[in-house]
Order: sequence, then structure tokens, then C-alpha cells
Amino acid sequence: MYAIRRWSSAHARFLERIYTATRPGILAGLRGVTRLFGRRLDTPITAAERLVKGVVFDCQMCGDCVLSKTGMTCPMNCPKSIRNGPCGGVRENGMCEVKPEMRCVWVDAWNGAAKMKDGDAIKDLEFAVDHSRIGQSSWLRLARDE
Amino acid sequence: MNDDLDFVEEFGVNPGDPLTQRPGHVSHGRFERVVRSGHFVVTTEIAPPDSVDPDEVLARANLFDGYVDAINATDGSGANCHMSSLGVCAILTRAGYSPIIQFSCRDRNRIAMQGDLLSAAALGVCSVLCLTGDDVGAGDHPEAKPVFDLDSISLLQTTKILRDESRFLSGRQLDTAPRLFVGASINPFVPPLENRVDQLAKKIRAGAEFIQSQYCFDIERLRTFMARACDLGLHEKSYIIIGVGVLGSAQTARWLRANVPGVHIPDAIIKRLEDAPNPKAEGRRIAVDLMQQIKETPGVSGVHLMAYRHEKWVGEIVKASGVLGDRKPWAPEPLDSTIGVVTPNDEMLDNLTSTVS
Ligand code: SF4
Repeated sequence: MYAIRRWSSAHARFLERIYTATRPGILAGLRGVTRLFGRRLDTPITAAERLVKGVVFDCQMCGDCVLSKTGMTCPMNCPKSIRNGPCGGVRENGMCEVKPEMRCVWVDAWNGAAKMKDGDAIKDLEFAVDHSRIGQSSWLRLARDE
Repeated sequence: MNDDLDFVEEFGVNPGDPLTQRPGHVSHGRFERVVRSGHFVVTTEIAPPDSVDPDEVLARANLFDGYVDAINATDGSGANCHMSSLGVCAILTRAGYSPIIQFSCRDRNRIAMQGDLLSAAALGVCSVLCLTGDDVGAGDHPEAKPVFDLDSISLLQTTKILRDESRFLSGRQLDTAPRLFVGASINPFVPPLENRVDQLAKKIRAGAEFIQSQYCFDIERLRTFMARACDLGLHEKSYIIIGVGVLGSAQTARWLRANVPGVHIPDAIIKRLEDAPNPKAEGRRIAVDLMQQIKETPGVSGVHLMAYRHEKWVGEIVKASGVLGDRKPWAPEPLDSTIGVVTPNDEMLDNLTSTVS
């Protein structure tokens, strides 16, 4: 939801803390699960990721999660799917060029990143999303070191 | 500053014949030579025709002869349909012009973009401006599918891979790599203002060797931006060219500001147009003033004059601004005494204005 995702960008530092604290545990757990069950639990795990990240970030399941580098703001909500934003069309009031009722995703992203400890990661160059991965779980990819 | 601008001797029978690539240059184009030689450059953009007549392209380019160093061919700008930038550029390079091809990510996926980058280079294009592109909703085909498979920074990286690694994104090798001078756009005038320099730095890291900005009507914002860019040494890593627009009236200015995303026009400029007895002439004077102020701004390498519907005034504006000094950019015909004095051919202008409007 829009309001929750705006909250998440505004509290990027808080979410970063949770992310740093839980990441090793979640990855270790997922590694164990994938070793034991192979690909059999992929569907429920993907569904869980979609649900959690969907609520908190309006996650679009691009399959290549960069939330921790983009101020806890999902770039796939940008109508131009820009992975290195913002574009030059941001309105004077910070709203999106394409959807004037929506805050520019990348304005929120840079604001969120400014609050984070590792916020400078937003300056890294990203490459456009790999469309063959859309809908897949980023968590499982990390766990399997793909 | 090395004066390396005597192109005449290099042409064979055909003005479209390629120049020789200079050591340290990435392309064999004239535009790269001029910017690298340290001169203050002037670029402009050509409105692509809604027609298949190559002479129309040449007539439009002709208006700029002797006043600009390169002509940007827009790629469905504002998401409106016209002759493609590739077509316009192919016509221009044959006549010896040095166009900058604009590539927008809106209409093509990465397969088409890479193919067209090769085509552009094969047709003699030496400079490319990598853009994300406007939203389809802004144009005359709002029902079209927006592609945006790549974004501008991914496109910059792609162009660099084709050129420097001589391969496609897939890894497949090219037999000959495209020699392209690579550019990107910036808009220092809209939010998030504090991050616009970071965005510039990213584009340079991704491979931008020259930069062309959105319209600058706010010289204070430009100065703040350039000061920060210079602190980071970005003006030494790429040639930064600032966009200048020509406004016809206060009404147009207000319309642009309200309806075209990314255009920032301060009230003071609108007031100037409102108070002027002849707003059209005032609009041109504003462009002249801005060009002079931009030239004085440290770190800036040139101006990009976007004079949509005021194309016939480009020569006069450039001349009045004096930013070229006594330098006369290359033009297809040998420069004669009429260049430098603006007396455009009226008949041709009438034709042109009627097709543009
Ligand atoms: S304004 Fe922001 S959210 Fe909208 S298209 Fe541009 S970068 Fe994306």
C-alpha cells in the first residue's frame, strides 16, 4: 500500500537495522530448507516473500531485490522501471511525472538512503532488471548463491 | 587548447565521407573533435519531419549552417510520432553534418536498441545521447505500450560494452565495434535538487563523455549545481553542455511549466515576457542573456539551444550571444559572406514554418 511504502522509505534507517540483524538468520534458514527440500518449498517461500515485501514496500517481485540499496524504496514502482533514478521529469513538488498523484519513487529512495548507514550504495550503478527473473524469489536466489 | 578544426582538407569527393579518428578520441566525429579542442560549443536540435522527404530534413538543418557544432536528432520527443532519429541522422551524415542521435528507452527493448546502435554507427553517426525517454501518456499515442526495458544508465553501460568490449550484452562478439562518443542528459533544475549532482556522477561513471541538460531558465540553480559538480571534478570527466530554450510568450512559458514535466521556469522570466512590448523578441533576448551567463559559469563546455518553432532564429540568437567568439562552425557549403549576417531565405522559411506548425 502506498501509505505503508511511504512510511518504509521514511523509516529506512529503522528497516535497515532489522534487515542487517535478520539477514544472516533468514539466509541460513533458507539454505537449510533448500538443502533439505530442494525446490519443493519454492512456491510457499516465494509467496511469503511476496506477501511480506508486498505489504511493507509495495514490492513488485522483480527477482533481483535492491531495496537495501535504494533507501528501502522499491524502484519497480517507478512507471518507467528506472533502476538508476530519478528521471528528469520529477515535478516541482516532488511528485511523479507519469502519475502526478504519486510521490516520485526515486525522490523517496534518495531521501531514504540519506538516512541509512549504508545509504551510499544508492550511488552504485545498477543494470536494468533481468526479465527472465520476474516473479521469482530474491531470497531463494541469495540462499542458493545464484 | 589545440586548434584542430580544419576539416576541409579531409573531405574527399563526398562530404559524408568519414573523418579520421584522432588519437585519444573514441569516435571519428567532428563534434568530439570540437569539444575536445576546448572550444565553447553550440549544439541545437532539429525537429524531425512528419514526412518521407529527405530534403525537408536538409532544409531544416540548413537553417543552422555556420552556427552550431552538432545537431541533435530527437527520438519521438514528448512521445510524439515523427521520422525516427536514425532516419534523420542517416540523411544528415550523408550531407556531412555531425548529428547527435538521441536514443530513448521508451520504444525499444535491449535487442532493438543494440541493433540500432550498430546501425547508427554504420550510417556514419558518431555521437549518441542516451535518454530514458518521456512517458507515452505525454504524446499523441497514449495507448502505446511503454517499453523501458533499459533506463538511461543501463543504456550508457550497454553502449560502452558494445564500443569498448566489442560485444553484445549477451557476450557474443562483434566483428567491428561502433565508434560512438557517448552522452547523457541531466536536469539540475527539478527535485531532488541535492541529489542531481550524484545522478550526474553516476551517469559519468556509467560512461557519459558529454552531457546535455534540460532547459536552464534559472541561472542561480545552475551555479549551485555546477559549483558542486566542479568540487567533485565532474567537469573534467565529461563535457557539460547546458540547455537553453526560446520562449514565445508568457502564456507559452506558463503552459510549458504546467504541462511539460521537468521544465522549471522562475516567475521572474515569465514577468519579463509579460512586461515586454514584443514578447517574441524578449524571448530571444532571454535566450541570449542565458547563453552569456552560462558561458561565464565555471565548468560549462557549451550550450544546447532548443528552439522548437523558433528554429529560424537560431543563427541570430547564437550571433547575438557572441558565445562562439570569432569561430565559425563547419557547414556543408563553403562559408560565404552571407554567413554571419542572418538573412534567411524567406521562401524556404515560409515552407518550413508551415510544415512545423
Ligand atoms: S518521476 Fe520518479 S517515479 Fe516517476 S517516472 Fe520519473 S523517476 Fe520514475
